[in-house]
Amino acid sequence: MNLHEYQAKKLFAEYGLPVPKGVVVNSVEQAQMAIDTLGSKEWVVKAQVHAGGRGKAGGVKKVDNKEKLSEVLRQLLHTRLVTVQTDEAGQPINEILIEETCAIEKELYLGMLVDRDSERVVFMVSTEGGVEIEKVAHDFPEKILKAVIDPLLGIMPYQCRDIGFKLKLNDVQIKQLTKIMITLGKMFLECDLSLVEINPLVITKAGDLLCLDAKLNIDDNALFRQPRIRELRDISQEDEREILAREWELNYIPLEGDIGCMVNGAGLAMATMDLIKLEGGNPANFLDVGGGANEERVKEAFKIILSDKHVKAVLVNIFGGIVRCDLIAQGIINAVSEVGITVPVVVRLEGNRAKEAAELLNGSGLNIISATGLKDAAEKVVQVAGEKR
Amino acid sequence: MSILVDKNTRVICQGFTGSQGTFHSEQAIEYGTRMVGGVTPGKGGKTHLGLPIFNSVREAIIATEADASVIYVPAPFCKDSIIEAIDAGIRLVVCITEGVPVLDMLQIKKYIQDKAVQVIGPNCPGVITPGACKIGIMPGNIHLPGSVGIVSRSGTLTYEAVKQTTDIGLGQSTCVGIGGDPIPGTNFVDVLRMFQEDPQTEAIVMVGEIGGNAEETAAAFIKKYVRKPVISYIAGVTAPKGKRMGHAGAIIAGGKGTAAEKFKALQDAGVYTVHSPAEIGAAVVKALNK
Repeated sequence: MNLHEYQAKKLFAEYGLPVPKGVVVNSVEQAQMAIDTLGSKEWVVKAQVHAGGRGKAGGVKKVDNKEKLSEVLRQLLHTRLVTVQTDEAGQPINEILIEETCAIEKELYLGMLVDRDSERVVFMVSTEGGVEIEKVAHDFPEKILKAVIDPLLGIMPYQCRDIGFKLKLNDVQIKQLTKIMITLGKMFLECDLSLVEINPLVITKAGDLLCLDAKLNIDDNALFRQPRIRELRDISQEDEREILAREWELNYIPLEGDIGCMVNGAGLAMATMDLIKLEGGNPANFLDVGGGANEERVKEAFKIILSDKHVKAVLVNIFGGIVRCDLIAQGIINAVSEVGITVPVVVRLEGNRAKEAAELLNGSGLNIISATGLKDAAEKVVQVAGEKR
Repeated sequence: MSILVDKNTRVICQGFTGSQGTFHSEQAIEYGTRMVGGVTPGKGGKTHLGLPIFNSVREAIIATEADASVIYVPAPFCKDSIIEAIDAGIRLVVCITEGVPVLDMLQIKKYIQDKAVQVIGPNCPGVITPGACKIGIMPGNIHLPGSVGIVSRSGTLTYEAVKQTTDIGLGQSTCVGIGGDPIPGTNFVDVLRMFQEDPQTEAIVMVGEIGGNAEETAAAFIKKYVRKPVISYIAGVTAPKGKRMGHAGAIIAGGKGTAAEKFKALQDAGVYTVHSPAEIGAAVVKALNK
């Protein structure tokens, strides 16, 4: 789960991390009032959306008077921001963060994540702040300093000092960096974070460290024990179909193609998409109906797949380990007759009660094309989708 | 021979009386697995499916000499259950449950570092030695005792590989689902090492996924140490960047962990790679005939 920048910064402030003074607004009037509580002569206006690349997309602007502020707010509020990280529809801007500006001496990068290689939480710090860290990692890997955290000990102050010396910080700044890193280490564990990025972490002209940006991801698997963070979820930033899918414990991701897919298991779902592509088709989505697939969920899955108007044919690929194929078959039959599916449906059911399932499908009298095996299924669905184009 | 489990493996189930534990224990018993009991705190002394229930793993081991445990408890309690099994001195822990927090797994991995225990999963189908011992949720009837070792990050995609190797008559020595999470208890290299040393295993099928670099690490290991033919398929060529494809582990982050990179690393290590999941079986035959 993602947080907005202002939510992350509020959490930072609660933990005592240095963030710029700012206010969140959702109207021009609010902004006019709020700005009187801020100190600087110039303010930065930041659109709050769940996507990176906001600056280049025009979602971050500096203003130095109230008229300009109103103008920028009117431009941004209740529009959608399209950045390199969003789809072409962009993300809705419902809230705007207005912050005091500060004079910047230097920009650093500070990140934290769960590193799969070392199986540890790792800090990454770099002198190259303000730019994409992936680019730095690719071009100048030596410029990224790392500190690996022992899960039982947490981050040690010496590790922070080491990084501070390598960054050529002064004594005061090293103390500040140590405090920031130790606090983040604590917060990472307490809030079940999976990623922290402060880009940039700046050194101000006054010589102090300040978290100018804040990006936090929370481990979805741990949300059950993070009730406060769960409340911060902003579903306006998520795809409607993904939200609906989640309610039915389905895993759905829309893609660009025209062949709808319903598969059980994430690995098989990806493999099915790959195979469709190999056969010359294009998958319209990733959809994992999960282990506990039943009639109801299959029906809902069909509705979600078909809400994408590009879909020309649907491939159902179920390898029944835990799930019973006959139940899936019944779900497909119900869905096809109730939802009124007009596109061809190719079905491949394998495993637990596959024979009973095939009998059900064949006896249904509906336009369902049954397939045997993975390749056969992909070939058939690509063919029928092609005929519809 | 086989790896990890055989007909002598004595298995208990944690979360025995829950719906998942009950259903899959029944299936395991039916398959012929030596299920010897289960653990549900507070229900000790009773019986379930004709087997004794214990309040703790330690009690269960003392009474039944179990050496493996399968875990079906809900995700919030998995850390506790896994550590309990380890502390009781069990040899093998298979955690089927999906949705275990990644920080819990980090702590568990650190905890088992110097211990003689193998933790498999979480979020995995389990382990099966066909005809001998089934621990997990895989459908038993698609398996056939034989010579191909299968290791996979996926569940149903593993069944696909199993079915294909069964259909061509080769069968499987052991199949291990290591799970789709970013920090699995057991990784590809651990299982590849076991298959290399197992006389029954003549070829190895490794089914990978996008995300992380477990496949690249495995490729480096194969190049150095594995002398048996390895056949590999990686799912997710068509997956978009930055999207989590169902499994928490399956995400292409910052351009890293793509299927193309993984295929290349595996090819460089002399692995037989297939780009279609429907061709795994045929590739095994080809590799063995070379």
